[in-house]
Amino acid sequence: MNIDAIFNGIVIDHITAGRGMRLYDLLGLDKLDCSVAIIKNVVSSKMGRKDIIKIDADIPINFDAIGYVDPDATINIIRNGVLVEKKTVGLPETLTNVIYCKNPRCITSVEQELDHVFKLTDRKNKIYRCIYCETKATA
Amino acid sequence: MVRSVINILDLSVEEIQDLIQTACDIIDHPRDYDQLCRGKKLATLFYEPSTRTRLSFEAAMYELGGNVLGFSSGQNSSASKGESVADTARTVSCYADIIAMRHPKEGAPYVASLHSTVPVINAGDGGHNHPTQTLADLLTIYREKGSFNNLTVGFCGDLKFGRTVHSLIAALSRQAGLRVVLISPVELKLPSYVKKDILKAQNIPYEQTTDLQAALPELDILYMTRVQRERFFNEEDYLRLKDSYILTPGKLKNARPDLCIMHPLPRVNEISVAIDSDPRACYFKQVLNGKYMRMALILKLLREAGTL
Repeated sequence: MNIDAIFNGIVIDHITAGRGMRLYDLLGLDKLDCSVAIIKNVVSSKMGRKDIIKIDADIPINFDAIGYVDPDATINIIRNGVLVEKKTVGLPETLTNVIYCKNPRCITSVEQELDHVFKLTDRKNKIYRCIYCETKATA
Repeated sequence: MVRSVINILDLSVEEIQDLIQTACDIIDHPRDYDQLCRGKKLATLFYEPSTRTRLSFEAAMYELGGNVLGFSSGQNSSASKGESVADTARTVSCYADIIAMRHPKEGAPYVASLHSTVPVINAGDGGHNHPTQTLADLLTIYREKGSFNNLTVGFCGDLKFGRTVHSLIAALSRQAGLRVVLISPVELKLPSYVKKDILKAQNIPYEQTTDLQAALPELDILYMTRVQRERFFNEEDYLRLKDSYILTPGKLKNARPDLCIMHPLPRVNEISVAIDSDPRACYFKQVLNGKYMRMALILKLLREAGTL
């Protein structure tokens, strides 16, 4: 399977197999006009299988969303065909407008302008809670 | 940002002990306190009906020599015009020295505290937190039992939506020798996150049962709660569960003579009025203690804000 190399853009690599679509949704990549490739179940010597997302544009990207979906994913920034930055973001302490509180009793359910903010309350079990109502984030 | 109290855990064990000492001193020497808040204003922003809590806050401020302004229903405020909690908090900060807020939505007082320039006290946010009720409960336990150590506390009724239960468990979990008995219908059990994050995390022994009478003999404290109609989306569920537990004199036969029966009130029928004259009934003492603890908390926050 061949996907063209990108000249200016972002490659999110080493995504745990199966999480690519979730990340695609959270990053809102469906709203972009540029080419976006999501490659699932790529054979990986390190991971067995992995997902990869390639975005053919140098757009601002929400690193927290990437860290939330897969803290071990690698972000590669490519400019003029050259890899200028490569990093992993880890599990973020706070998520702002990445995920949304589903508790109908939460203040965010009636005040639309409020940011949906979640804090990491249990790093070991990767549990985030809404800062307003403390409801646990669900996938 | 000024100090606010949104969750009982915003206060350390030492701070709660200080508040209890202040409340006890207010009880013993009320005249020493009756002018301390002269010229200060408390805004009571109550977006949903409340008798006890609102009047308790207002009485507390009056007994400190201060004044009170506010509203007692969201219908009577700019919220009915669509004003956000944040804007209301900013606006009221211009008029008052301290805010007590009740709101049906969880987290609303926290939002207010992020935008207010004066201290905000959470006076109840949906089924979430109600820290000043917990302060009232703690003062009652302290005055009835002399300490918080080595108590077996039974919580009975709606343990799922009962915010007072969650807050009191959180506060008591910081005391030595606590044992908890959770008495509820299966549908209204204590949420698993409270058990996991508080009871299990701190190795507090607890048991769950549906049998109130069997649990009674071992209890030092029985904390009864009302099944709250407003917390149910489904009326049928409410009707099915509302009469799950009704405490009557007959059921108290095997209870300890020094049992302390508590209830955050209002009650519907879960405690028979025949128990009101039993010396073990402490729920009206809780009401009075709530006022003293609110006085102590208002003083503390105004002092920390540099207003007093």
